[in-house]
Amino acid sequence: MQDIIIIGAGVVGCALARELSFCEADITVVDMGSDAAEGASKANSGIVHAGFDAHPGTDKARFNVMGAAMYPALCAELGVPYRQNGAMVLAFSEDDRATILRLKEQGEQNGVPGLRVIEREEIRALEPNVSPEAVCALLAPTSGIVSPYELTFALADHAAVNGVRFAFDTKVESIRRTEEGWMLSTSRGDMACRTLINCAGVGSAEIHRMMTGRDEDRIISRRGQYWILDHAKPEPFTRTMFQCPTKMGKGVLVAPTVHGNVLLGPTAEDIDDPLDTATTAKGLSDVLAACRLTWPQVSTRSAVTNFSGIRAHEARGEFIIGPVEGAKNAWETVGIESPGLTSAPAIAAELARAIAEAEGLKYKADIVPAPKPPKPFNEMTPEEQAAACAADPLNGRLICRCEVVTEAEIRAAIHRPVGARSIDAIKRRTRAGMGRCQGGFCAPRVAEILAEELGLPITAITKNGGQSLMLTSTLAEAMKEAESHE
Amino acid sequence: MSELRVERRDIVIVGGGPAGLAAAIAAHEAGIRSLTVLEREAHAGGILRQCVHNGFGLHRFGEEMTGPEYAQRDIDRAAELGIDIRCDTTVLSVENNRRVTCVSPTEGLTVFEAGAVVLAMGCRERPRGALGTPGTRCAGIYTAGAAQKLINLESMMPGRRVVILGSGDIGLIMARRMTLQGAKVLACVELMPYSSGLNRNIVQCLEDFGIPLYLSHTVTDIQGRERLEGVTVAEVDANRRSIPGTEMHFDCDTLLLSVGLIPENELSKGAGVSLSNLTSGAVMDDSLQTSVPGIFACGNVLHVHDLVDFVSEESFRAGQMAAAYVRGELQPAEILPVKDGPGVRGAVPQQVRKGLKEDVRIMFRPDAVYRNASAVVVSGGKELARKRSLIFTPGEMAVITVKAAQLLQAEDEGLTVRIERKDA
Repeated sequence: MQDIIIIGAGVVGCALARELSFCEADITVVDMGSDAAEGASKANSGIVHAGFDAHPGTDKARFNVMGAAMYPALCAELGVPYRQNGAMVLAFSEDDRATILRLKEQGEQNGVPGLRVIEREEIRALEPNVSPEAVCALLAPTSGIVSPYELTFALADHAAVNGVRFAFDTKVESIRRTEEGWMLSTSRGDMACRTLINCAGVGSAEIHRMMTGRDEDRIISRRGQYWILDHAKPEPFTRTMFQCPTKMGKGVLVAPTVHGNVLLGPTAEDIDDPLDTATTAKGLSDVLAACRLTWPQVSTRSAVTNFSGIRAHEARGEFIIGPVEGAKNAWETVGIESPGLTSAPAIAAELARAIAEAEGLKYKADIVPAPKPPKPFNEMTPEEQAAACAADPLNGRLICRCEVVTEAEIRAAIHRPVGARSIDAIKRRTRAGMGRCQGGFCAPRVAEILAEELGLPITAITKNGGQSLMLTSTLAEAMKEAESHE
Repeated sequence: MSELRVERRDIVIVGGGPAGLAAAIAAHEAGIRSLTVLEREAHAGGILRQCVHNGFGLHRFGEEMTGPEYAQRDIDRAAELGIDIRCDTTVLSVENNRRVTCVSPTEGLTVFEAGAVVLAMGCRERPRGALGTPGTRCAGIYTAGAAQKLINLESMMPGRRVVILGSGDIGLIMARRMTLQGAKVLACVELMPYSSGLNRNIVQCLEDFGIPLYLSHTVTDIQGRERLEGVTVAEVDANRRSIPGTEMHFDCDTLLLSVGLIPENELSKGAGVSLSNLTSGAVMDDSLQTSVPGIFACGNVLHVHDLVDFVSEESFRAGQMAAAYVRGELQPAEILPVKDGPGVRGAVPQQVRKGLKEDVRIMFRPDAVYRNASAVVVSGGKELARKRSLIFTPGEMAVITVKAAQLLQAEDEGLTVRIERKDA
């Protein structure tokens, strides 16, 4: 029996696993997906919010501000791309101005530093591409951007080097109470543990029901659709550009990403199926229409892709964090929507302390430091690139041309502590396939490398785990099949 | 930190496909010996290597060849001449001072300082993301060229039940190829009211196999969580918007995209080369020189061709002109602009040197289908050239030659290319 099972390898589950890995405990993280960050953690705006949106006094406000303050040091420690690029909330009318003033006041109550209301001239001076219709804006210098999935992988890696195991493709089917703790029945067999922690994101309501026998009807699946545009120099916006929030969320933003792309979105649609991450014609055109207000020249001519993510919205808009009511050795993080990414490090730190105390866990004397990823080849100077090629000749072979990713980097991604096992897993760790050709050139080569490193036939390689097979068969098998039909 | 290894060359050619090979051969034949071709793949030949169908070489060699056969002629010739072709070598940057930085597993990082650079990177396919097609992001969606590579070079089968979006030539070729390998191709769907592929390919690759071609249709939704399970296809109106109520569903595990080729100009941008919005390739004059002196471009990186024969022809000229540049024989000249008139999109070259005493061949794509029409080149009210054709279509590059004697009569305002209808 294990000490702890965490259900969900999203940013919250991985951050918590990392914190708990500093304790003497036997820990496994299970996830139905084939990789970490398979749910909301891979498909969100990637914003480290300054903290002016949440109502003062709520957990959301507290964790937001605390989390945002942790980001610079945490990302530096883990080697995750993060940039404090600042944000603006744009007002397009006098009604909006009232909202801006309210947000500023709220932010100040929450303890957000440096908030300032700026007028049209200053907006245009700071962000020349913004619509002239914007009358004023809230400027939030501490707002940042991060690669949410790269953060999650780095958290998972750090947890793994400190002994945490990850069980992917493991769907929890039922949970029952035992004398010593919990028994999970999963798609990969039974697993027993003393302490169970629910970090299952959009699946957290279902896990809550399995644990308690009570419905958790406060969780709504809310989908957000996005466009992502190719990198452009100079960036059209250096700051994250918000519009005034609505009751459905923070509204549509135009934001740079840490890799120089432009992100447009999200929509906010309540849907029934928490796994329905399809995009829709309406959603995508709504995003564009809304972004045009911020950025009149917006165009999808340089679109790289579109995607959607699903966040778990709690009906009153609150985070539910702590022990599960009426169950022993059971903890949960439910309703972790925006600013969930920002809050994750703070939620994890606080919850881990509570769990360690309640469960009597001892802190380890020695913690293995985070394995820092090497500098991406694409970001090196020519001299550094020459040295990298000399150190490993496979740095001299480019696999992804759009994003300049080398074969050495792809192989290294497979051998990370929580290693890549699919085309998308490689993509999110190395950016191979993230560019304007969307893997047209590199995906077949990446599949070959995966097959070689994992010792699998190439026909077993998936885009994203499960049955997402890249190939249906070899040519010889296809011919044989065709002949047998004749 | 290691020192950068710097080598000097008269000419560096970026890309060892048909364009790069032809440019290299021509430069060598023009007397250039300090010459290197940089090729990303393990073999020279470019995209021809995966084009195992025939139909290549009719214009240039007067015989019908497969892609690899066509490429081999140039590879053999380059070998005969002892041209330095470095495979498995990727160019990281080209600078406007003609410094070319590349890497390879065997040589590491090398900087070439070149007298002239020929850009011959070819083109790439538009992927799904660029179309903005909604739906799920499942496995089983490939560009036609990627599927072609998997089948022809890797001996792998990307799918069993296939819908093809776009009727570009590669899509049409792949409809036949997948069928011959035992797959079921359910439909070829084209947004425009006409195909962008060659007519012979529509006949030989679709009609001969009973594969329906849906013109003025598009894919409006993509379904399937893991592997593709189906697509929705709908008719579109004159503004290319889908018409509600016309939806058809296809159960398929594969969607191939043949929705346009884009000249691969990332390196050109880095070098500061001016690009045309119409061709997505470099703006150039009749010597194939770009806006950056000493940097030339040819083949599909310049504008997307239909036939490799014309890529080779254009690239021979690029090689000759690069050699002339290196020898100081290509002097800066005043230029005459070449403008698109009615019916014409993306005429190249965009500029002709003033006082040029050579025939100039202008290539362009018609903006729609024109029957019984003429392509005309005019300058200041004077007609410099005229070419009649039973049909002009966007799927086939149109070519019109202006004779040297006529060209000398051009006015300073430049040349305009337009299509005239017979009834107009």
